[in-house]
Amino acid sequence: MGRHLMGRARVAVVGVGQTQHQATRGDVSMAGLVREAAGRALDDAGMTWADIDAVVIGKAPDFFEGVMMPELYLADALGAVGKPLFRVHTAGSVGGSTALVATQLVQAGLHERVLTVAFEKQSESEAMWALSLPIPFQPPMHAGAGGYFAPHIRSYVRRAKAPDHIGILVALKDRRNALRNPYAHLHEPDITFESVQESLMLWDPIRYAETCPSSDGACAMVLGSEAVGDAAAAAGGAPAWVHGTAMRSEPTMSADRDPVLPLGQRECALDVYRQAGVTDPRRQIDCMEIYVPFSWFEPMWLENLGFAAPGEGWRLVEDGVTAMDGDLPVNMSGGVLSSNPIGASGMLRFAEAALQVRGRAGDHQVEGAGLALGHAYGGGSQFFAMWLVGAEKP
Amino acid sequence: MAELTLPASIAGVEPVRSVRTPAHLDYQFTAGEATSRFLRGIAERRILGERCPVCEKVYVPPRGACPTDGVPTAEQVELPHEGTITSFCVVNVAFYGQAMEIPYVSALILLDRSDLPIMHLIQEVAADEVRVGMRVEAVWVPDDELAPTLESIRWFRPTGEADVAVDMPGEGEGTGLGSWPELSPGSGA
Repeated sequence: MGRHLMGRARVAVVGVGQTQHQATRGDVSMAGLVREAAGRALDDAGMTWADIDAVVIGKAPDFFEGVMMPELYLADALGAVGKPLFRVHTAGSVGGSTALVATQLVQAGLHERVLTVAFEKQSESEAMWALSLPIPFQPPMHAGAGGYFAPHIRSYVRRAKAPDHIGILVALKDRRNALRNPYAHLHEPDITFESVQESLMLWDPIRYAETCPSSDGACAMVLGSEAVGDAAAAAGGAPAWVHGTAMRSEPTMSADRDPVLPLGQRECALDVYRQAGVTDPRRQIDCMEIYVPFSWFEPMWLENLGFAAPGEGWRLVEDGVTAMDGDLPVNMSGGVLSSNPIGASGMLRFAEAALQVRGRAGDHQVEGAGLALGHAYGGGSQFFAMWLVGAEKP
Repeated sequence: MAELTLPASIAGVEPVRSVRTPAHLDYQFTAGEATSRFLRGIAERRILGERCPVCEKVYVPPRGACPTDGVPTAEQVELPHEGTITSFCVVNVAFYGQAMEIPYVSALILLDRSDLPIMHLIQEVAADEVRVGMRVEAVWVPDDELAPTLESIRWFRPTGEADVAVDMPGEGEGTGLGSWPELSPGSGA
């Protein structure tokens, strides 16, 4: 799968928008929610709906809200009438893969300006129920996503001989980072190591405070061709340039699969690094937004994505390397642990990476961020999507 | 939240912000040949897996094809009712539609002579005594309740045998589906 960018046109992120994420956005419908994010992305890009050539939208399973194929009714709210509109779905990674499908339309030279948007309205959904449906060849005992992932986290802890407090440290770090992000759902100024430690052990070894919230929210980006990016740069718009992109999947039901450090995700990361000419991600990448819905996924993914050897990822957490003031900050926005509109969660990671290299991440800006990773995974750790974005043109 | 202005005739009435519309879903599950054989076996207290002719891994419940090699798993293999816990979690929260008393243990159980763990309930042991490597056996419902569903196995319970070592894919250094792919030489990863 060795690839390079030859034959792919350059792509710039010229607009980023997101909603206020919260438990219930009772003031807006789904259409209002996506329009809020998309409108902000257009404003940021200095564009109007008429400037957009195509729209790519994504969300998690329709079963969550019970609205089947919502893109049909959202087309007009997104200004897509008379234009191509695509719906993407890859479970929890969908926000990332939606952004990548939009990127490909520009890379292929098909469109100059593509609007991409992802959302979830969890207040109108029963996600836990939708993920725990009774099926005849399985006993009715799964308890949502946590019940699926907790045994794999236990496997990681056992294999890596990681101390119990690592998961607590990640939760504490991400929630404290969220205090710097006005869009974040959870703002918990009083959080302490003890308050996380003492929170209910929901799915032992996962505590309540180590679990993502359930949010309403949307994220949107305007992606442009090289000419569009150059124009944005000339106008002071500070575009983020796409340096590498990849998606992978793998079979969840294979007896040979390692659900702790999935091969598909490892290969996805290596593909992105090859495209971007990154040989030492630990030193060349300045910061990253990775999909961590349960705190233990931070050390797991640090290993899987090539930032630490197997069994060593938790040491980066313990040493404070991934903290805001560490040399490899992770989830500066507060991450999925602080805002989780599921369908949008992956795109938020991609968008926050873009904001960092544009120098527009506000109070959670990593000074001088030149190269940032955005990452999402979904399903039973079986769909992976990543991009590397930089301040400089590749 | 935006303010609504109501006509004088209904002033003071609580504004409608959302409407609850329950959806009901009945569906037909077409099990396919392999899962049908498996489910019929379960109704007779038999656990039938299927072996891949290429990698020789035994899958249970069988889906009829090997997910790694993409070939039919034509050979049926009757499996013992005992296995080993490869990992687990203790569930301390009651979820919508779940009838289980909490806490309960949800475990990945690798049945002997099979290669992919199934997820099932562990009972007849305190949750804090459950261990990775613990040997367990199936506890079936009474004969008159046997049906073509995995619920015919009520739960698993410890056999009392000594724990065994667990060696799952990736145990050594990760990514069981292949060798651990390295970055470029000298990458430090």
